Amino acid sequence: MVQTYSENAVLPGRGVPIPFDGLTTQLAEMLELPATDVQNAFWTMAVGALCAVCCSLSGCFLVLRRISLLGDALSHSVLAGTAGVYLVTGRVDPVPMLLGAMAAGMVTAVMTQFVHKAAQLPEDSSIGIVFTSLFAFGVVVVSQAKHVHLDLDCVLFGDLAFAGVNLHPVFGWLVPESFRSLVPTLMITLLLLAVFWKELRLTSFDPTLAVTLGFSATVMHYLLTTVVAIVTVSAMEVVGLLVVALLIVPAAIARLLTDRLSTMLVLSCLIGISCTTIGYLLALRWNSSAAGLTAVVAGAELLIAIVVSPRNGLLGRLIRTARLRVRICAEDVLAGLFRRQERSDAPDGLVQASVSECYALAGGGIMSMAALRWLLSRQLLQQAGSVMSLSETGLRYARSMVRSHRLWEAYLKENFNLPPDHLHDPAEDMEHFIGPGVQQQITEDLSQSAEDPHGRAIPDVKTQEVS
Amino acid sequence: MTESAENTNSAIFDIHDMTVAYDRRPVLWNIDLTLRNPGLVAIVGPNGAGKSTMIRAAMGLVPMVSGAVRAWGAPISSQLTRIGYVPQRGSVDWDFPISVFETVLMGTYGSLGWFRRPGGVQRDLTMQCLERVGMQDFAQRQIGQLSGGQQQRVFLARALAQQAELYFMDEPMAGVDAATERVVFKLLQSLSDEGRTIVVVHHDLRTVSEYFDEVVLLNVRIVTSGPVATTFTPANLQATYGGRLSILDTMADAVQKQVETE
Repeated sequence: MVQTYSENAVLPGRGVPIPFDGLTTQLAEMLELPATDVQNAFWTMAVGALCAVCCSLSGCFLVLRRISLLGDALSHSVLAGTAGVYLVTGRVDPVPMLLGAMAAGMVTAVMTQFVHKAAQLPEDSSIGIVFTSLFAFGVVVVSQAKHVHLDLDCVLFGDLAFAGVNLHPVFGWLVPESFRSLVPTLMITLLLLAVFWKELRLTSFDPTLAVTLGFSATVMHYLLTTVVAIVTVSAMEVVGLLVVALLIVPAAIARLLTDRLSTMLVLSCLIGISCTTIGYLLALRWNSSAAGLTAVVAGAELLIAIVVSPRNGLLGRLIRTARLRVRICAEDVLAGLFRRQERSDAPDGLVQASVSECYALAGGGIMSMAALRWLLSRQLLQQAGSVMSLSETGLRYARSMVRSHRLWEAYLKENFNLPPDHLHDPAEDMEHFIGPGVQQQITEDLSQSAEDPHGRAIPDVKTQEVS
Repeated sequence: MTESAENTNSAIFDIHDMTVAYDRRPVLWNIDLTLRNPGLVAIVGPNGAGKSTMIRAAMGLVPMVSGAVRAWGAPISSQLTRIGYVPQRGSVDWDFPISVFETVLMGTYGSLGWFRRPGGVQRDLTMQCLERVGMQDFAQRQIGQLSGGQQQRVFLARALAQQAELYFMDEPMAGVDAATERVVFKLLQSLSDEGRTIVVVHHDLRTVSEYFDEVVLLNVRIVTSGPVATTFTPANLQATYGGRLSILDTMADAVQKQVETE
C-alpha cells in the first residue's frame, strides 16, 4: 500500500539455506524449467496458500455472523491507519505502520457499533459510512504527503506475483518476506479457534443464549474483529483490497457444500488455497494480475458450487425435478393401462398395448421415453417385440395408483363440495403422492368408499392380491 | 429485617418496581411481581403488552430504567447459572451449520464457563435431554432440516440441558401443532413436578386454566397475578384486554416528546 523505494533489497545471502530447495530443483528438472522460476512459483503459491488459510478461517465466522461487510471495511480503513501513523511520525516504518493499521481496524469496529446505535442506522449502513470515511481520510493524507508514493496497483492487488521473489533470512532460513507477518497471523488465528471454539460458535449462533449463560457476546465480537483486522493487514500486503474476496468467498462456498462447522472451516481453507494457486498459475500463463485472477477464480468456484451444491444446488434440484417427472409419467402409463384393462372384456387377462400407445399414455416427449425405460428396468412393464404388457408387480402398482386417484376424488367430493367435472384433474396430480398410509387414512375418513364419484369401483389392493 | 423484606428474600423470583423503556418511551410501567411457589406460571396479555420485554428485562437482556430483579434473594445477575431462558424460535439463524446435538449441548456451556470443553458428562446429559423431548433420532440432523415443532423441542431440550431451577420461556407454543403442544406441556408439567418454576409467555387463553398453576395478567403494567383459579376471572381478563390505560399512552408520548424537544 504505502511504499517507499528502499535500496536495501536483500539479495539471497550466501550459505543461508532455502527450505524445499532440493524439491523445487528436482521439480524444475522434471518440467525442464529454470530452477529459480520454479522456486519463485513455489514460494509464491506458498504465500498465497498461507494467506488463503488465514482469510478463510476467520472469514467463515464473518459469513456466519452476517457481518461480511466488516472485512471490506477493515481492509479499507487499514489505509487510514498507515496514513495516520505517517502523519504522526513522518516516517514509513513497517512496525508502527502495522500497529497503526490494526488500531484503525479497531476504530472501525468501535465506530461502526457507535454509529449503528447512536444514529439508529442499520449495521450495514453504518459499516459503509465508517469505512468509506476512513478510507477517504487515508487517501487525502497520502496525497498530501510528498515523499510517499501511493501505488494504487499495490493497494488494489498487493504483490502476490513477487511474493516468492523476495526471500529473506528468518531464523537461518531464506523464506518469503511476507512469511514474517503471515505465519504469526496464522498462529493467532489458530489460537483463537483453539481457545475460543466453544465460545465463538455459541456467540455466532445464539448471542442471546450466550449472554444468559454468562458469556459476553461483545467480548467475542471484538476478539473476532481484532483477529480479522490482523488477518486483513497481513493479507493485504499480498493480495491488496481483494483480501475481501478471500475472506468471504471461500467461506460462502464452503457453507454451500456442508452443514458442519468444522467441515466448513477445512473446506473453506482448501477452496481458498485452490483460488490463490489457480489464480497465480493463470496469471503466469496470461501474464496478468495474480490477485485479480484469484478473485475471479473464487467467483467462478462460487458459481460452480451454486450449481453442484448437494442440498440446494441447481443441478441437484434439476435432477430431482426430472426424476419426479419421469416417475409421474411412468405412473400415468401404469394407470392408463389399468383403466384400459378395466374397460376391456377380459378384466382378468393382462392388457396389452403397443409401444407407441404407451408412449402416448406417458404424455409424449423425452420424459416419456425415460418413463418407459423406467418401467421396463423395474419390470413393471414387459416388452415382447413392439407389444407392452403389465407385469404382476406392474398390475399391483397400477391398481394402487388408480385406487389413490379414485380415493382422492371421493375425498374431494365429500369434503369440498365441488362440481363433478372438477374432481378428475386434482386427483390426477395428487395420485402420485398418496402412499399406502394416506390411502388408509382416506379410507377411514370416507363415509362410503366402494365407488368413486363417477360410479367406478375403487380397486381394493388387498382383496385383489388375495384372489 | 422487616417481615415484608424477609418474605421478598425467600421468594424464588422477585421483580421490584421495574420500568423498561425503549428510547425513553416506557413500555413497561412499575412492574412488581413475586413468585414464591414452584410451578407453572403463565404471563398473559394482549399484543404489545410487554410480555417478552418483561422476561428479557428480567434476564438482563434489555436495560431497565429503574427497578431491581432478584432470584432466591440475590441479584439475578449472580444467579444466571440457575436460570434458563428459552427465546422465541425466530431469534436464531436456523440455517447455521450446527447439528441438533451440538445445539442442545450448548445448554451445558453455562456450567462449564469460559475455556472448558464439554466432555462425556455433558454429552450424556445432552442425549438424555434429547430423549426426553423425543428427538434422539434427529441428533445428527442440521437444525434447519427440522419442522417448526421439532425446532421448538430442540430449544426445550437445550433448556433442559441447562438444568436450571427457574425457566423463562418466550412463547414455546407459538406455531406448533397440537401434538407438539401436548408434548411440550407434558414436559413442562414434569419439570414443575420436579420442583422447578417455569414462567411461560403464553398466547392461548383457552389452555391457561388447563395447564398453569399461576397466571400473571399483563398489559404494560401488572393487572393482577395469582393462582389461576382465583385470578383468571372474566373481570380480570376484561381489565387486561379491554384496551390500554389511555393515560399511560399519553404519558409515554409526553415522555418521548420531552426527550426529543430538549
